[in-house]
Amino acid sequence: MLTTLTIALSGCSGDKAGENSSKITIGILQDIEDSLDPHKAVAAGTKEVFFNMFEGLVKPDENGNIIPAVASDYHPSDDGKVYTFTLRKGIKFHDGSPVTVEDIKYSIDKCADTSNGEPLIAAFSNIESVNILDEETVEIVLKEADTEFAVFLANVTAAIIPASNESPDTNPIGTGPYKYVSRSPQENFIMEQYDEYWGEGAHIKNVILKVRSSADSYVMDLEGGSVDMIARITATQAAELSDEFNVLEGTMNLVQALYLNNAAEPFQDVRVRQALCYAVDPQEIMDFVSDGKGTEIGSSMFPTFEKYYVEELKDTYSKDVEKAKALLAEAGYPDGFSFTITVPSNYQQHVDTAQVLVEEFKAIGVNAEIQLIEWDSWLSDVYAGRNYESTVIGVDASSLTARALLERFDSSASNNFINFGNAEYDAALQAAMDSVDDEEKTQYYKECQRILAQEAANVYIQDLPEFVAINKKFAGYTFYPLYVQDFSKLYIVEDK
Amino acid sequence: MKYIGKKLIMMAATLIAVSFFVFLSFFIMSGDPVTSMLGTEATPEKVEALREELGLNAPFFTQYFRWATSFLKGDMGISYSYHIPVTAMVADKIPVTLALSGLAFLMMLLLAVPLGIYTAKHEGGLADRVIYILNQVMMAIPPFFAGILITFLFGRVFRWFTPGGYVSYKDDFGQFIGYMFFPALAIALPKMAMAVKLLRSSVIGEVKKDYVRTAFSRGNRSNQVFYSHILKNAVIPVITFLGMALADMVAGSIIIEQVFSIPGLGRILLTSISNRDYPVVEAIIICIAFIVVVINLLVDIVYRLIDPRISAEE
Repeated sequence: MLTTLTIALSGCSGDKAGENSSKITIGILQDIEDSLDPHKAVAAGTKEVFFNMFEGLVKPDENGNIIPAVASDYHPSDDGKVYTFTLRKGIKFHDGSPVTVEDIKYSIDKCADTSNGEPLIAAFSNIESVNILDEETVEIVLKEADTEFAVFLANVTAAIIPASNESPDTNPIGTGPYKYVSRSPQENFIMEQYDEYWGEGAHIKNVILKVRSSADSYVMDLEGGSVDMIARITATQAAELSDEFNVLEGTMNLVQALYLNNAAEPFQDVRVRQALCYAVDPQEIMDFVSDGKGTEIGSSMFPTFEKYYVEELKDTYSKDVEKAKALLAEAGYPDGFSFTITVPSNYQQHVDTAQVLVEEFKAIGVNAEIQLIEWDSWLSDVYAGRNYESTVIGVDASSLTARALLERFDSSASNNFINFGNAEYDAALQAAMDSVDDEEKTQYYKECQRILAQEAANVYIQDLPEFVAINKKFAGYTFYPLYVQDFSKLYIVEDK
Repeated sequence: MKYIGKKLIMMAATLIAVSFFVFLSFFIMSGDPVTSMLGTEATPEKVEALREELGLNAPFFTQYFRWATSFLKGDMGISYSYHIPVTAMVADKIPVTLALSGLAFLMMLLLAVPLGIYTAKHEGGLADRVIYILNQVMMAIPPFFAGILITFLFGRVFRWFTPGGYVSYKDDFGQFIGYMFFPALAIALPKMAMAVKLLRSSVIGEVKKDYVRTAFSRGNRSNQVFYSHILKNAVIPVITFLGMALADMVAGSIIIEQVFSIPGLGRILLTSISNRDYPVVEAIIICIAFIVVVINLLVDIVYRLIDPRISAEE
């Protein structure tokens, strides 16, 4: 009886541990077209994969907490200026060598290096020194107090890598639950379970990331059996899948908005920006773009960042065509105006959003024209060059703090691609960063969001829904509040 | 020999011109490899430092000659995106594209020659008329659309292959060829239709010539006349077409690789263009151009071997 029950239960729960010959093939659209050095990798698609291979002194968990990783323990000083880390006992790199305090110092110093103008992580410009106290203790001394500093150490870019590795660009060595096996450009990226991982570790031995040529073939790839799982499929694709698959719904953790170049005519005038906000109904967009799913947002924050999110800001501008027209008339545009929405053509949801926006703006006499451009041109012309009028894009957070989303709107921020300039905002942001009291800090961040909403810095729309299709042979997919995928939590439900 | 020497000089000039224009087009078009590499983390300081490191601040001609000199020494550079030598990347992907276009060419030959001869011999018959209609349809369907139809029909409906499936030639050559079959068919079909049409009309044209009537009047058997006289002459215009078709197939495989998710030169080329990964794009375009000009040279040589009158005319 007991034996039967054990067998039956193991059949249901799958082999979460001990499965050695298992593999999962996951379809990805964006190849790992990056350096394999986590300090140099920049693409979000690369970082979400590297999350499985590399770890920092600390790392994020699925609930948005910062948990110890390479360090087994850490303590910030009361004044928030010194962080002391204890190296985890017995932790090893994928090549079998032990992690040392020298490796920690090397990695953090490399990320804080300013020889190229700026450090790899902006918050690291605050590092005064990294000191080895003994064989298992390292302290990071900051120039100014920063009670949020640990969240930046949880970034994949701050991964601890061996100082002895001479070619990190092509030979990645980390401490994560998966280790690198091989990659073939535009074909695949293969990882293998790391047996000596310090924690619970991965359940599936091999993870093969197959590069797909087009999102249009996702359904055929899944149904045909060439891949077992694909994240970020569309609602329409999800509906086409057979019952061999589970479709999980989460959120993308993006601030999708019509970003306005606040320095371009006529968006310098706050009344014009507000008029555009009054012309838009985010629900209409969500109905068209994501089958009604998604969450309306009213400022540069998404709901997963619960602590900072100000829900009522989504009601700042309820659709009101008359009010919008009145504001336009007041601003000197009684007959409306024309402008261009520049959209990267590879993101269908942003293209679809722009199409609905064009229709909505017609009602207030504003004529918007969509200009589709390649992602690379978007990066150089829109983002870096700031040579555009408006664009639809989703902005995500690289770290688990409001600062990751709000810092860019400081008038002097180098990545302030909308040219937003507001002295009140700058002061509130600075106060948030300077504050050592968490509650006070959070209040200042909320104040920043209010200013962005009232000033109509952008036309805020939604946090997009995320659909993950996974073959029922597998389970354990976990959503994170950041743009990462944790393959180590996946396990096999049954052998088909 | 003088002829081949002349052709080789033309080939070299073509490749230099191609490389120059590709380099120039990247220089003129919008987008920058550095912002592509740095993504949303690009700051003016980082962009400037990386541009300097990659030598992108140098004047156009300096950059071109620097690149061309290393290329001639066999160094295709390092991929900006993947940070690996371009030579290794190209060497890894070239067999895939060559296998795909080679298989497509073989399919075209195996189908077109018998069908062309058959329809010519049975001119006006039912089979000829049916094949004529099918040919018209196949010629009208572009390979990428044929690829989508084939994937849907044989992959999704009949489940004869796994859409998006692929096994590397290094892992299992047999399975690799299996996965190449349907993509190759998509490339081969329109060209096959053209070849059938061309061979048929060429054979029919020859049959009506005086020397055929003379051959028959001398009492030669029908098949003997057909294979040793008619076909030999009829095949000459077809050879030119086959050469062009093969060159076209190599270039055309770029699109089909995208449709069938085959990681050959084409897919790397497309992503490298969007990443502005100049060293990879230059290397692949030169490789494809090289293959195309070599095919043209071979066609010229074969043409002269089959019909010595051409050499006499020159």
